[in-house]
Parts: sequence; C-alpha cells; structure tokens
Amino acid sequence: MKFTHVPGRNAKHRVTLYALSTCGWCKKTKELLDSNQIQYEYIDVDQCQGEERAEVSTKVRELNPRGSFPTIRIDGDVVAGYDEDRIRELLEL
Amino acid sequence: MSVEERFSDEVIKTWERLKKEAEEAGYRLNPDRVFTLRLVQGLIENEKRYGYWCCPCRLAFGEKDKDVDVICPCYYRDSDIEEFGACYCALYVSDEWIEGKKKHGSIPERRPAKFMRDGYSETPAPPQSLAPSPQPLSLPVWRCKVCGYLCARPEPPGKCPVCKAGKDRFERFM
Repeated sequence: MKFTHVPGRNAKHRVTLYALSTCGWCKKTKELLDSNQIQYEYIDVDQCQGEERAEVSTKVRELNPRGSFPTIRIDGDVVAGYDEDRIRELLEL
Repeated sequence: MSVEERFSDEVIKTWERLKKEAEEAGYRLNPDRVFTLRLVQGLIENEKRYGYWCCPCRLAFGEKDKDVDVICPCYYRDSDIEEFGACYCALYVSDEWIEGKKKHGSIPERRPAKFMRDGYSETPAPPQSLAPSPQPLSLPVWRCKVCGYLCARPEPPGKCPVCKAGKDRFERFM
C-alpha cells in the first residue's frame, strides 16, 4: 500500500486517512488536517488498481466494516465519515 | 479551502446544467459552490474512468451492473434527503439543510452492506400490500428506481422526465 506522507507541525498522533480522490467529504477531511498542521498519511483508494485496490479495500473494511469513505484512523480509534467534532476531539484540537 | 481552485469549462457547464435540471424537478444542488464543483469534477472523472457517473463518494467496482444503484442520482438519494437533508455525497440537499436546520457532515451509508461488498443485485420484491388489479392492465407500468416516477407504456422511457435517469434504471412495477 502506497501512502502519501503529509508533513505537519503537529505529529502528536498517528493519523491514517483512507480516501477517494473524487469525494467531497474526503477533501474536507484533508483540509481539516492540513489547516491544523496535522502530520498524516493518506491513500486515495480509487487511484489504486487491481490487487492493491482489493488489499486496501479489505484493510478499510477491517477498520470500518461498512467500507465507506473517508475512514480515518487516529491512534487506536477509527472515525467513519467526515465527523468534524469527533476528529477534533481525537486530535485534541 | 484553496482560493485559487480552478475548474474546467466542462465542469462548470455540467454544474450549470445539473443545477437547472435539479431545480426544474424540485431538487436543490448544494449551494456551496466549490464543494459542489468538486463533486461534479468527480462525476466527470468517473465517467472517463468507468463510463458512467458513479457516485464520487463511493468506491466503484468498475462494472456497471454492480454499480448501477450508485450511479448519480443514486437509488438512495431521495431517502437520504428526506432523513438527513442531503444525499450521501451532499450534491443534492433539501431547503432545510441549506437553511442550517440539518447538520452538515457525512451521513451513514444507506447502501446495503452486501452491495458494498459484492455490488448491486436485483432483489425482486413484488408489492404485496397492493390489491390485485380488478382488470388486466392495458399497458405495463414502469417505475423509475431513482425517483419513483411511474408511467404506463409499452416500454420505459429513454430518460426519466423527472430525474433524467436512463432507461436501464426502470423496473416493471405492475
């Protein structure tokens, strides 16, 4: 799985975002992380092909059984969807 | 949100057309211009990748039969607008949502888990509560699975006059 690493001043938490490049809520999630200088890694699953796509989809389903996007892992917690309040809470923003 | 975000003429023209069609049919597009233009850009991208307008917020299988329920406008739009004030990707919203009476954000996925995993499949469920027709119908009745439009004619229309869904998204209703 090829993740894109986004550097940020706030590296207090381990943040992984599973997203779709075309999805409005996924973009909102990236903007929320970017505007708060959060360090994170993301993967646009729709840009993956073949085996990688299947592998990442399985991973997303492990974290969020519906397999919907965005799926955000913050340390040991998982947020399904753009839930700004919950993301802020977990990131202590 | 980047101030300089640019959209192609194709995206802007498509957005204008969708907005006009939505309003004519009693729907509303999300008034957040940049958010909505991004979704339209996503739809056009999906048209190029898959050959049809798969929902930009759902991962396509890339096979039309498996994705037919989430081709925009999707089968879940009207129920989501009714319950949450917005469809899943928030391209279509209600007046209440626009006025801020409904919370803005991701909504739960209404698409059944089975379809999420394996793709769409027909689940024939004939309307059981309806009384049998007293006399045979002179024509079959077709139902648009996107918006519920009904018409009695030999074949479904090429395009739904209400929501513009294609002929292949109609089912025999009676």
